[in-house]
Amino acid sequence: MKKWTYLPVILLVLLYVISMLIDPDKISIQLEERNLPPGFSHLFGTDWLGRDMFLRTMKGIELSITVGLLTAVLSTIVSFLAAMLASMHKWLDRLISWLTDLFLSLPHLVTLILISFTLGGGFKGVVIGLVLTHWPSLTRVLRAEILQLKETKYVKISEKLGKGFWWQARHHYLPHLLPQMLVGFTLIFPHAILHEASITFLGFGLSPEQPAIGIILSEAMQYLSTGFWWLAFFPGLILLIIILLFQICAKAWKSYLEKDFSHENIVRD
Amino acid sequence: MQLVTFIGKKILYLLLLLVAVSFITFTLVSISPIDPVRAYIGADMLIISSEQRAAIEDYWGLNEPMFVQYFHWLASIISGDLGVSLIYRIPVKDIIADRFISSFLLMGIAWVLAGIIGILLGVFAAMKKETWIDRVIRGYCYILLSTPGFWLGLILLMIFAVWLGILPVGLSAPIGDLSYEVSFFDRLYHAILPALTLSIIGIANVCLHTREKLLDVLEQPFIKQARANGLKGLKLFSRHGVRNMILPAISVHFASFGELFGGAILAEQVFSYPGLGQAIVNAGLNGDIPLLLGVVIISACFVFLGNFLADMLYTVVDPRLRQRKGESRL
Repeated sequence: MKKWTYLPVILLVLLYVISMLIDPDKISIQLEERNLPPGFSHLFGTDWLGRDMFLRTMKGIELSITVGLLTAVLSTIVSFLAAMLASMHKWLDRLISWLTDLFLSLPHLVTLILISFTLGGGFKGVVIGLVLTHWPSLTRVLRAEILQLKETKYVKISEKLGKGFWWQARHHYLPHLLPQMLVGFTLIFPHAILHEASITFLGFGLSPEQPAIGIILSEAMQYLSTGFWWLAFFPGLILLIIILLFQICAKAWKSYLEKDFSHENIVRD
Repeated sequence: MQLVTFIGKKILYLLLLLVAVSFITFTLVSISPIDPVRAYIGADMLIISSEQRAAIEDYWGLNEPMFVQYFHWLASIISGDLGVSLIYRIPVKDIIADRFISSFLLMGIAWVLAGIIGILLGVFAAMKKETWIDRVIRGYCYILLSTPGFWLGLILLMIFAVWLGILPVGLSAPIGDLSYEVSFFDRLYHAILPALTLSIIGIANVCLHTREKLLDVLEQPFIKQARANGLKGLKLFSRHGVRNMILPAISVHFASFGELFGGAILAEQVFSYPGLGQAIVNAGLNGDIPLLLGVVIISACFVFLGNFLADMLYTVVDPRLRQRKGESRL
């Protein structure tokens, strides 16, 4: 792996740690300092209650990354389990394929709105909704991979030796699928963050007391026509940078993990 | 004949899909904490007695098992009755019909724009592979893929509507005009900003796919032959490249209807544009179950239509695929 690919990872971890260290009490209401444009004392300006937008944005980023990580981990696990289930029996396979088709047949945002409508929004609702919308595409990939694996000689021998299904799962499938799952994880993460911000922006996601980017942006919308551009500009920009950083990592990881299959890329380089 | 069975199968699939989607949606909505009677009555909840309430529940069949309720609902949908919206107090069918036109205008403009610009950029990037043009276009696409669509909308709104003041802040028609006074150009004028937002976001996907596809095509032996014959640049592309990449590129663009619809929900919310997206958001926030169910079904049909057209392009338009099935003519 090229050295520079570590840079975005380090930057991301740094951002996450710094945002975690910020004391939420510091984001206090200071009415004498409200609606200040960006400057040295307030990097991203202040809002209509005098809260520092930089601190609020960083807290929002922390929440976004937490939701993103949690969702990406959970959906990766769900897709692995679903793919394993599909490999157990023909009918289960049909069922899982049908379910993936079904989930892909609605726009993600519509499914998210429905699920958070059912669960009443909040942190739990958002995470469940995001997991349910993000597992199908990875499941398809893993399922195809397992189907191929099942036909390999060593898996067949292992079956003849009387190894149980879950033993095979742990010793044959999981190690082989791990790279795919890692790639899937890195692809789900930025998506999940974007969707969390969107659904929160629409009012179905995290509750207004939480310092989420979606909340900040939907509040900022009411102040746009008064010219307080910094309320919306910086939080969105930081979110964009986080997602971009992660997509750069994802691309680098993907080409690194898939090196075995893509020998022609090496020749071309 | 083959085309007929193909379409027949697809329509059967759509019907099964709709039944499944509607059942799951109905289940989700019925286990939600929203009380339909309270959502319907609203603020008058205090003045109705418990007997009246029980009468309403009885009349609506709320005490029946969920399956029975579902089949009642399905039966009325099949007969064309989607129910009455609780927040707008008019039939859901009328709302959807009215808003579909607005949304269609918005999504249509955005889709066509994104398709044309995306394919052109993708072609440029692939033809100039590994040059600075390619790098700039790819970098631009990756930035777009990381951009929250609604944030881009907010930024465009600030620039064009607030600072420059040349485009309207929102809605689909001038405030105060009656519906028959609104001309097509008024509607178009108000759709510019949301459509622009949607198309800028939509470019990235189709552009990257076009680039990949054209790069694949350019690796083929017949291109090597053409290059050896001295063809290059625009001529090489127009004679040998375009036919081979245009179908996959367009069908990828058709298959992105789901993202288009999701983007439209956000864009309509930012620009207060009264389309289907705004309808589903209002329905969800205010517990308007009939409208919510209606828009969900419409969105499923919309996504299906996109995928269907993408499939059709492959199997019906591409002459090579027809031949491969052993048929010379349809």
